[in-house]
Amino acid sequence: MAALPHPSASGRPVLVVRDLHAWYGESHILHGIDFEVREGEVVTLLGRNGAGRTTTLKAILGMTDRRTGSIVVNGQETLGMADHRIAHLGIGYCPEERGIFSALSAEENLMLLPAVGAQGMSLDEIYTMFPNLKERAKSPGTRLSGGEQQMLALARILRTGARLLLLDEITEGLAPVIVQKLGEVILQLKTRGYTVVLVEQNFRFAAPLADRHCVIEHGRIVQTVARAELDDSKAVLDELLGV
Amino acid sequence: MNALLSMSPQSMAAQLLIGLINGSFYALLSLGLAIIFGLLNIINFAHGALYMLGAFVAWIGLTQVGPWIGIPDFALNYWVALIVAPLVVAAFSVLIERTMLRRLYQLDHLYGLLFTFGLALVLEGLFTHWYGAAGQSYNVPAALTGPVRIEALGIVLPKYRLWVVVASLVVCFGTWWTIERTKLGAYLRAGTENPKLLKAFGVNVPLMIMLTYAYGVFLAGFAGVLAAPIFQVSPLMGSNLIIVVFAVVVIGGMGSIGGSILTGLGLGLIEGLSKVVYPEASAVVIFVIMAIVLMIKPAGLFGKEA
Repeated sequence: MAALPHPSASGRPVLVVRDLHAWYGESHILHGIDFEVREGEVVTLLGRNGAGRTTTLKAILGMTDRRTGSIVVNGQETLGMADHRIAHLGIGYCPEERGIFSALSAEENLMLLPAVGAQGMSLDEIYTMFPNLKERAKSPGTRLSGGEQQMLALARILRTGARLLLLDEITEGLAPVIVQKLGEVILQLKTRGYTVVLVEQNFRFAAPLADRHCVIEHGRIVQTVARAELDDSKAVLDELLGV
Repeated sequence: MNALLSMSPQSMAAQLLIGLINGSFYALLSLGLAIIFGLLNIINFAHGALYMLGAFVAWIGLTQVGPWIGIPDFALNYWVALIVAPLVVAAFSVLIERTMLRRLYQLDHLYGLLFTFGLALVLEGLFTHWYGAAGQSYNVPAALTGPVRIEALGIVLPKYRLWVVVASLVVCFGTWWTIERTKLGAYLRAGTENPKLLKAFGVNVPLMIMLTYAYGVFLAGFAGVLAAPIFQVSPLMGSNLIIVVFAVVVIGGMGSIGGSILTGLGLGLIEGLSKVVYPEASAVVIFVIMAIVLMIKPAGLFGKEA
C-alpha cells in the first residue's frame, strides 16, 4: 500500500520506493515495499526485528544481493546503477553496527567519505555539533565509546554534503543522555532542511522527531501513521510493534 | 655454536648481508601478497610467476627487443626496465583481474587459489616452451658493478647486492607509509575491513580492487627485475622462491602490512645466520619456524585472531 503524503510535507519527493523486492542469496526479504519521503521530512521505519527495516535501507544503497522494483532518488532511478554511484545522489548512510573502521583513526574515519553534495558541513561546524570528537581525533576508531562512535558515524556523513540521511538504529545500546543528544541533533538537522529516514526500535525516541511512521511487517509496509494521527493509532501501533 | 664463535666479524657480516638480500625479496613479495589478500581475499599463487615475468620482461627488453623491432642496437637498459618491466607485468595483471579474477571474489578462497595456481603453471609452461628451462644471464648494470667497501664493518660487498637491499627497503617502507599514513592508504585499510560499506559510501571499490591487485603485482615484477642480475632469469625462478615466501606470509600473518615486511627481512636474516651456524638446516629453518608459529599463534606473529 502506498504511503499517504503528509499534509505539511509540501517538498518535492526525495526518495520514492515502489514495489521493492530484495534478496540475500535465496532468501526473499522484502516483498514489495512502497513509500516516499519528501524533502525536509523525517520518516521512521518501525517494526519488529527481522521485519525488513534494515534491509530496506541496504536495498536503497545496493547492498543486498538482488533487488527489483523501483527506487528513485532525487528524480533518478537507481536500480541498474553501479552500487558505488548511488551515494553520489546525495545519500548519507549510518549502518546499524555504526561501521566505524577500526584500522582508521577517528579523524581518518571522519575525512574518508567522498563528497556527495555541495554543502557539506565544515569541520568547525561538525566539532561544534559533536565537541567530543575533536578531543578523540587521533584515537583509533574503535577505541571510542559507543556514543562517540555513533556521533562519528553521523558526523562523517554530514561532512559529505548528503541531504538524504538513512540512519539505522542510531540509539541502540546507548545511554539515555546520549540518546537525548542524538534527538537534539536530528531536530537540528530537520530545521536545516535535511531529509531523514530513521530505522528505530525505540518508539519513544522516534515519536517526537518524525513526521510519519511506516510500520514494516514481513517485508511490506502495513501501516503508515502521520504524527497528527499518533494518538488515535496508539493501539494499532502497540499491537504491530509488540511493545 | 662453535662455528658462530670462531667466525670473523667480517664473514659473519657477509652472511647476514646475504640473508638480508634474500630477506629483501621475501619482504617485497610477501608485502604484495598481504596487500592483495587484504582487499581481494585472494591468495595470489601466481605471485612467483609474476615475479619471474618481471625478470623476463627486463631480460627480453635488454637482449631481444632490439632485433625484434629491427634495431639491433636498441636495448631497454636496467634503469628503465626497473620501472617499465613491473608496469608491463602490472598491466598484464589488470587484464587478468578484469577478465577472470573478478568473477571469483564472491566464491570461497579456494577458487582464487586454484585459479592463480593454474595461471602460474601456464606462465611457467609458456616461458619454458619459448626460452627453455635453463637460466638466461642478465648483466649487472655498469654503475653497480664492482665491490663497495664498508670501512666501519671492515667488509667488502658487491655494490649491486647493497643496491638491492636499499632499493627494496625504500620501496617497502614507502608502501607501508602510503598505506598507514595517507588518505589513499586509508581507503585501502577501510576497503580491507568492509568493502561493501565503503562502496555504499560512494567509493569506487571495484576500481580500487583492480589497482590494488596491479600494485601488489607491480611489487612482484619489481622484485623480479632486482633479482635478474643476481639469480639466473629462468621460468622456474619464481616457484622456487614463492614456497618460502608463503611460509613467510604464514609466519607474519595474512593481511598485516608492516608485519609482512618485518617478517620477510627477519626470516632472511635468520636463514643467513643458520647458514653460518649449521648450513644443513638453512633450507628448512623457515619451515621449522612456520610450524612452531602455527602451533603457538595460528594467526601469525602480526595477524589478528579471527
